[in-house]
Amino acid sequence: MLAAENLTLMRGGKPVVARLSATLKSGQITAIVGPNGAGKSSLLLGLAGLLEPTDGRVMLDGAPLDGLAPRARAQSIGYLPQSPEIAWDVAVESLVTLGRLPWRDRGGANVAAALAALDLEALRHRPVSQLSGGERARVLLARVLAGSPRWILADEPLAALDLAHQLSLVAHLKACARGGDRGDQRLGQGVVVVLHDLAIAMNNADRVLVLKDGHLIADGPPELALSPDVIAQGWGVKARWLGDPGALALVVGKVP
Amino acid sequence: MNRASLIFAILLAVLLPLSLLAGRVWINPFSADWPQNAALILAELRLPRAVLATIIGAGLGASGAAMQGYLRNPLADPGLFGIAPMAALGAVASFWFAPLIPPAFAAWSLPVMALGGAGLGMALLALIAGRTSSDAAGGVGGGIALFTLAGLMLASLAGALTALAITLAPNPFALSEIVLWLNGALTDRSWREVWLAAPLVAAGVAVLALAARSLDALTLGEEAARSLGLNPARLLALLVVGIGLTVGASVAVAGIIGFVGLVVPHLVRPLTDRLPSSLIVPSALAGACLVLAADSVVRILPLVTELRLGIALSLIGAPFFLWLLLRMRRGKL
Repeated sequence: MLAAENLTLMRGGKPVVARLSATLKSGQITAIVGPNGAGKSSLLLGLAGLLEPTDGRVMLDGAPLDGLAPRARAQSIGYLPQSPEIAWDVAVESLVTLGRLPWRDRGGANVAAALAALDLEALRHRPVSQLSGGERARVLLARVLAGSPRWILADEPLAALDLAHQLSLVAHLKACARGGDRGDQRLGQGVVVVLHDLAIAMNNADRVLVLKDGHLIADGPPELALSPDVIAQGWGVKARWLGDPGALALVVGKVP
Repeated sequence: MNRASLIFAILLAVLLPLSLLAGRVWINPFSADWPQNAALILAELRLPRAVLATIIGAGLGASGAAMQGYLRNPLADPGLFGIAPMAALGAVASFWFAPLIPPAFAAWSLPVMALGGAGLGMALLALIAGRTSSDAAGGVGGGIALFTLAGLMLASLAGALTALAITLAPNPFALSEIVLWLNGALTDRSWREVWLAAPLVAAGVAVLALAARSLDALTLGEEAARSLGLNPARLLALLVVGIGLTVGASVAVAGIIGFVGLVVPHLVRPLTDRLPSSLIVPSALAGACLVLAADSVVRILPLVTELRLGIALSLIGAPFFLWLLLRMRRGKL
């Protein structure tokens, strides 16, 4: 379990998350949504242990996260930053192997499994500069998976992707939350994603946290947390859901 | 040992004996009649000089590879931390203090004061690092960029003070000596300089090698690197100490020798998987080859006075770097 307890985070001297409490479960996809500047990315950094709380704390399986050594924390929590950079034109396999740094091994089996899980085996020797946007996003997620973390925290991993690639990456994240495809005993990983597309959150998340001005304004299953009332409160937009469960589309009213 | 290390180790093994034979007096190993004093020339002039070139080149190459990895920028140079200008400032100060130094220590005053300058530079960088790593953003972002700007500030301050010391030189003889020294050379160096520089550079390269895996993590950016367990303060300390030792020691014994740290990682990178950790040791070997080769060439050029090594490397380095930039623009790097 990954839990924020009364978490307050500051960035640039300003509070960005204020006294927020939420307990996240593994084996689920938890989506963090909210308007721009709501504190979504800061909350994710705080949950990853990369932004020191000014008040409150983050607990990992009942123990304070800041009590863990950076390496132990890195073995448990994988973090995928927004618009991640790749400084050197390394081959796909070398990049994915970087995910093993917290374990100080080359993690042959884990790297192979991560490459296989994201259909990257054919590209393993290709330099990252020669990848398409969708391939690149898969490689970066594979880097996180190679560390076999119990938690995957991803900041807008779908931002630069077209529709088909968005859906394929979401399918990969769902597979992580479900646990091993091949019927092994591994429990599903906890997946926490910051999302902008409310329809993707609605149709795929098990739980949605809605953030506004650093406060949680809704927290629950998507059909409750993303109700038209919450959307009106969070984004100031009149909207409603159309379609069938699992394939809902958000229809936004005319701008007044 | 990776492929690049092997290639440059073999190249070094070939270059080292060749450089011993080259010079005003050529020594033919296969001829029976060696020039007069050949043994003396080899043991007391060429061997220490070749060893010193190897040591300095290794330090500059390794620190260049580490610096490019740290700044995630192929155009970075170990000079960006301001260590070399600080060491030069210390050395130039020694010309000023020369009359005050007892004759017994006169030979040591320049290298020791240059090391003192490098040490002062490292201490200032550590102070600055304490301020920049705990910035208001909670250490997120800005840290490396801020620190580098502080290093540049230090470099330009040291440069200005050096220029001031030169313009106020006590006498014209001191002036020409300072300017000549600043240009970097390995002429007339002895085993004394080797024993001074070797342990410092070896320690520096070892410290940089400790930073290698952390530099790999930085490939993914600062936040991702921290999420992989990187400790930014430890990495910065390793780099400041490693670059301080290697660059400080080489300025102390040879003056300012530019371009090696900038160019060498580019020669090595295509032979490796391009991760910083794969570059440090081969860059040390390649740097040794480059400085050794350049120093042998300046020795045999038919000029009235020997071309200064620092000038020669800049003359070769600048056009070579332009060529690299053009290649990079075509997306081949």
